[in-house]
Amino acid sequence: MTKITIDHNTKAILDKKDFARLIKILQEQGYTVIGPHIVDDVVSLRPIDSVKDLPIGYEDEQEKGEYSVKKVDCQSYFQYVVGQDNPRRYFMPPSQRLMSFHVDKKQFVIDQGPPQAPKLAFLGLRACDLASIQIQDRVVGYGVESTFRCESDTYYGETRRQSILIAVNCTRPGNTCFCSSMNTGPKAKENFDIALTELRQSFIVEVGSEKGKKLAQKLPLKEASESDLELAELKLQNAAKHMGRQMETEQVRKLLNNTIEDSHWDKVADKCLSCGNCTMVCPTCFCCTVTDSTDITGTKISRTKEWESCFTHQFSYASGGPQRNTIKGRYRQWMRHKLCTWWDQFGSSGCVGCGRCITWCPVGIDITEEVETLRQSNKSLLNSNNLQEVTT
Amino acid sequence: MITEAIIRPEPICGMETWFPIPAEILETRKENMNTYTYKIRLVDATLRKQYRWAPGQFNMLYVPGIGEAAISISSDSEDPEILEHTIRIVGSVTRAIENMGPGSIIGLRGPFGRGWPLDKIEGRDVVLVAGGIGLAPLRPMVYWLLKHRERYGRVILLFGCRSPDDQLFIDELEQWTQERKIDCLVTVDNATPGWVGPVGVVTDLLQRIRLNADNSTIMVCGPRMLNRAAAWSFLKLHIPEEQVYVSLERNMNCGFGRCGHCQYGSQFVCKDGPVFCFNEIADIFGKEEI
Repeated sequence: MTKITIDHNTKAILDKKDFARLIKILQEQGYTVIGPHIVDDVVSLRPIDSVKDLPIGYEDEQEKGEYSVKKVDCQSYFQYVVGQDNPRRYFMPPSQRLMSFHVDKKQFVIDQGPPQAPKLAFLGLRACDLASIQIQDRVVGYGVESTFRCESDTYYGETRRQSILIAVNCTRPGNTCFCSSMNTGPKAKENFDIALTELRQSFIVEVGSEKGKKLAQKLPLKEASESDLELAELKLQNAAKHMGRQMETEQVRKLLNNTIEDSHWDKVADKCLSCGNCTMVCPTCFCCTVTDSTDITGTKISRTKEWESCFTHQFSYASGGPQRNTIKGRYRQWMRHKLCTWWDQFGSSGCVGCGRCITWCPVGIDITEEVETLRQSNKSLLNSNNLQEVTT
Repeated sequence: MITEAIIRPEPICGMETWFPIPAEILETRKENMNTYTYKIRLVDATLRKQYRWAPGQFNMLYVPGIGEAAISISSDSEDPEILEHTIRIVGSVTRAIENMGPGSIIGLRGPFGRGWPLDKIEGRDVVLVAGGIGLAPLRPMVYWLLKHRERYGRVILLFGCRSPDDQLFIDELEQWTQERKIDCLVTVDNATPGWVGPVGVVTDLLQRIRLNADNSTIMVCGPRMLNRAAAWSFLKLHIPEEQVYVSLERNMNCGFGRCGHCQYGSQFVCKDGPVFCFNEIADIFGKEEI
């Protein structure tokens, strides 16, 4: 084996038999490895100990409101796409203590701060997930100079800084996937340390950062042949063409800004249970609520931050009652936020096309279908100039 | 010179932890049946000196073990060491505050949000329109206009409430009326014996004033329907959209645009508002459940 030089954007070959080494090295460097692992019949993102924990030889089938995973006759490592877990559960956990304290002589005395930020190695993140992490970075202001200390400086930021992101390019997109429409996948373009493309006996390893380079240098990599690279490229091109879903994003902001009172929202509301599943599985949802709890004496107080969903009544509750009292209002808020107002707030779409909200909706509401229906019934609107213009 | 630091002072509490700083209740005053004004002071003397706020901004008031509520500051912004919050008792947090008296410790984060457009009203007539508890965030504006009276044209306060007993700041309303530095008109939905003032909704008062449409700035704060009715009434009187300002109420949890609760279209009411210029929200202002 000839030793090859590893640099930024290097593409090299890692044999499957050496894949265990990758996990081993990460563990030796003190990382907790988070990877795909079957929990309750769903490929989840959980801590793994070794290659054995990966769902090797499994494939998933997804449709709206349906998910299943089964063993097939192959030895592929990553022949499934994303399950209901998403990376934000590690950067902004579903429930997290902010602090516990007590009141003493007119002072709030802190007994315990937030938990220490973990050092995580994400193995097998998909391109949509990488894009969602970038979106969350913008939400919390990670990497932005600010006069204030905010979340980007504490748990989120620390976890983010310490973690290493190892992506896997999708060669077999799912039935509810539409990342190529949202321009986030199926190939990881940025925001990864290392990206892998699975071939039959090996992986193409692509280095995306300094951190990734250091890790790659420790791996028994071989030079990638032209045919290997070509094969990987073909597989990804093929994947992009075989998305289970598509969403036409052209003028989608204009569409949603001008259809607020469209009767179609009533039809969606008739189906929607307002269960909030879509917001829990969505990798870019960031809403949260801080609640207080006390011990039985009422003197030791904890403040806990928890994921919140815009599908609940209390989410918008103010003194005059909930601002969004109907399911129609709440679904519209969620969808308009993802595809429309997100642009104004954070300069990008809030949807990465992972398809989780379609798969995990118990009544099979499909965001791509809803956009298309709105578009079809408002074609004349979109063609006219008599509309509120959207900047950018 | 109205600088950015005057219009929008920065919060003094740590945002990363959402952790309030302690403040002591000095005095409480009953305004009406379910509304009280609480005079509070930060416990920490250094922070107290640093703390600045602008009319229209709010604090997240905190009762340990219960939770937080967004409450506008109702006192004089040029006396920032003593803060007043005028609170209507409606939810769990305000109910807990109701049970507290002088000496009690509450928590506070803030000040948050963008307040009234102090930098855009020099030399103009200012019309303040308040409905019920909506007078609380406008009271600092009255103080400001009175203190710097010579810088502004006519100042008119239109205040509507349900009944004479539902008025707020009764002594001050009387004082402002008598001093005649500003025109102060109060109307009630339901009169009771002894009430000699106008009866009707606050927009009815527009018939009693003469506006200079080219030189007036309007500031509205009240319940949702009043905000709409008032804003639209002024537009009908040919006040340009960019001279109508409305303060909105939403559910708030963080105060700095992170928790998502207060979203109003593209806006985070807590940081982009609560005061909006009408033209910033014109496309969604009349729509339901945004």
